[in-house]
Amino acid sequence: MKLPPLEYACPTSLSEAVALLAAGGGEARALAGGQSLMPMLAFRVVAPALLVDLRKLPELREIEISADGVRLGAMVRWRDIEDDERLTAAHPLLKAAVAHVAHYQIRNRGTVGGSIAHADPAAEMPGIAVTCDAEIAATGAAGQRTIRAADFFLSALTTALKHDEIITEIRLPAWPAKRRWGFREFARRRGDFAMAAAALFYDQDAAGKAINAHVGMIGVGDRPCRLPEVEALLNGRTIDEATIERAAEITSATVDAQEDIHASAAYRRSLAGTMVERALRSAAA
Amino acid sequence: MPTKFEVNGKPVSVNVEARTTLADCLRHHLRLTGTHVGCEHGVCGACTVIVDGDAVRSCLMLAAQAEGSKVVTVEGLSNDEALTPLQASFRRHHALQCGFCTPGMITTAHALLSEEPDCDADRVREVLSGNLCRCTGYISIVEAVLDARSAYKKPNGNA
Repeated sequence: MKLPPLEYACPTSLSEAVALLAAGGGEARALAGGQSLMPMLAFRVVAPALLVDLRKLPELREIEISADGVRLGAMVRWRDIEDDERLTAAHPLLKAAVAHVAHYQIRNRGTVGGSIAHADPAAEMPGIAVTCDAEIAATGAAGQRTIRAADFFLSALTTALKHDEIITEIRLPAWPAKRRWGFREFARRRGDFAMAAAALFYDQDAAGKAINAHVGMIGVGDRPCRLPEVEALLNGRTIDEATIERAAEITSATVDAQEDIHASAAYRRSLAGTMVERALRSAAA
Repeated sequence: MPTKFEVNGKPVSVNVEARTTLADCLRHHLRLTGTHVGCEHGVCGACTVIVDGDAVRSCLMLAAQAEGSKVVTVEGLSNDEALTPLQASFRRHHALQCGFCTPGMITTAHALLSEEPDCDADRVREVLSGNLCRCTGYISIVEAVLDARSAYKKPNGNA
């Protein structure tokens, strides 16, 4: 339906944007690409008095790649990640996950910061942030702070962000060239939200055994999460077929799956195991 | 709120409520009713228009956010009564029936072919997955888009 009545502001500096949010006292919302917030407004799930558009803050649109890793400005669009050839080597897991985000038209406007702030449990970017130990930088009336992705997502559509804070960038730690990784997602139709997705990577020691395993699960619980029991299984082992099958079993047994109109909890547990199995198989291939 | 942008090559100036979507602004304020509004929450793709070269859903954008942009709607693809090669291909392949989704299909396909005139059937299907059609079953639409590719290739043969 039509959006609720609201006011609109388009500040030209971050400090001005923060001041508008602070003055709004929880009744003001930051507007990035709008690809999640606009539907929320249309459904009247949210009805803020003021939208603070971030489109005139070009400093939030940069992708910076260095020895420290990848820094994605909050207003970087899915399209920008798709088009950035450097990311194929600098962060192949990010690139693979973003290929699953929504549809063509939405990828032209949707942003990484918007997706992180929206915190849909089935969205790819929050899942990548949690899997990769990302840091989320935010600026508010009290100044800047950095929040670990593991502490950022509290539950579905709920984050640690305060009402006057704006996400400025997402920092993904450096990606070693020889890292093994896999991403598998299942959705009924291309571009739809994941019914379950697995994002994972591991490094290898001199003997070829897995170390530093990170296994992330998307779309199964009320927020993206890591699977420590699966990571513990993988670390120190050769990723062979027996280990992959055991990892799938542990995934299905340990994930905290939720039931909704799309799938039962039992189906999701089974699907989660299958996604980890396939992602691991592609990582080990 | 007063907002100025360009639609189909002409500057426009409108005064809309802040909550007005670009889709409603085009239809109600500018009387460009070729842009169709299906779901109003970014699922059906019928309202797709081209903003600064990118296909976007005009129901997921405020008119105010188009300030200073160049917007192209389905009306802007042909400057006379003649069909564009893409539109003619849709007709030739029976790629429409009721026509409700057609403006969004055409604008989306136009944006795609303008950037990727060599795209394959899989890419066409991927891109059009954001546009729902309840009549055709999509096969004829994909064929029409593939058949129109030659019209978007530069004369020297390069994309």
